[in-house]
Amino acid sequence: MLLVTACALIHLRDLVALVMLAGIFSLVAAGLFIVMDAADVAFTEAAVGAGVSTLLMLKALTLTGAKQASAVSRPYQALFTIVLLGGLLIYGTHDLAPYGSPDGPSQQHVAPHYLENSIKETGVPNVVTAILATYRGFDTLGELFVIFTAGLGVMALLDGSGKRLGRTQALMSEHVVLRVVAKMLLPLILIYAFYVQFHGEYGPGGGFQAGVIFAAGLILYVILFGPGAGRKVLSDKTTRTLAAIGVLLFSGVGLVSMFSGAPFLDYSVLAEDAVTGQLAGILLVELGVGITVAAVVFRIFLEFDDREPLQKEGEP
Amino acid sequence: MIETIATLLASVLLVLGSLLCLIGAVGFFRFPDFYTRVHASSVTDTLGAGMILVALMLLSDSTIGTFKLVLILLFLLITGPTAVHALVKSAVTMGVLPGIETEEIVVRSDGNSSSKPS
Repeated sequence: MLLVTACALIHLRDLVALVMLAGIFSLVAAGLFIVMDAADVAFTEAAVGAGVSTLLMLKALTLTGAKQASAVSRPYQALFTIVLLGGLLIYGTHDLAPYGSPDGPSQQHVAPHYLENSIKETGVPNVVTAILATYRGFDTLGELFVIFTAGLGVMALLDGSGKRLGRTQALMSEHVVLRVVAKMLLPLILIYAFYVQFHGEYGPGGGFQAGVIFAAGLILYVILFGPGAGRKVLSDKTTRTLAAIGVLLFSGVGLVSMFSGAPFLDYSVLAEDAVTGQLAGILLVELGVGITVAAVVFRIFLEFDDREPLQKEGEP
Repeated sequence: MIETIATLLASVLLVLGSLLCLIGAVGFFRFPDFYTRVHASSVTDTLGAGMILVALMLLSDSTIGTFKLVLILLFLLITGPTAVHALVKSAVTMGVLPGIETEEIVVRSDGNSSSKPS
């Protein structure tokens, strides 16, 4: 199924269909992750890949046009490189342990330690959240910096080029049914985002998914009621500040640990009891992640929305 | 006894739900025109997914799981038709014409009406 979608993706020239197929690819991959019992990963893949990513790419297509330009030259060197590297990769996979075998190297060193000791050391039932936020917290800080840099990049690149529309009216203001249903659903969507954020320690969830869901709710509001109304909720200055505050929160927790004598991002010293310290640290860093992701995704949509679209609305 | 009935009913609903989604997919390919295709896929998909969710409710072990499934069903019933409505309304605004023959009926202010094929 994934293979068929990927092959179709290569052959299409219509970019809107391509974006939809990419969303379907993400959704099928999320289903595959569920079959493999990886609920957190499936949740993130569905929310980001099949949700917000499709939305942002479609918004970008309104700015660039929806047909892919045909290739002018035959890329034989690239084909040769890809075949060579792909062949090497496939040859390398012969060395891996069989799928699901309990004595493969990935199940040997740290994985049993995490699975056995994470609830004793961190007090958090969801092992994935514990690994993301504590055991591998430095990597998560790096991911957060990547998202923050993406937001900065969009803000910097789109600020100078072209004319800002400064539009406040909504694109879809005549969709009465959609407005009514959205007004009913928006509080629920935002509450669900908070639920996913703070319940991420007990079930699937966490900062990334919550941030994406929160931003999706806000983007729905902007689509239906206009960027003016959206900017009244969170102005440009506020989103810029919030994106920075999330990263500051995460790094700040690490710095506080450092000033208390422990290594960077060791949460045990944040409270008298090590487990309480870990709980507090995990809560704070996930909050930081959620804040930055929501602010960056919302701001990227608003920036795309502010540009001159390639074809005017209402024309076929 | 009651569990056997629940399992049996759930299996029937699961099969029916999947069949409905399949019928929707077939209809999507066989219908000639955008509006008919959207109608086929949206109606069958919503009902098919609803049936699958009700089957999962019957098979569920915990009350909290059943409650969450009820919420998901409600959400699906509200957002599914709304999304399709938004899609079709955008198509009408953009001027996508129905592929089959239609008739334009004009009602004048004196109560008479005239029709012409469009």
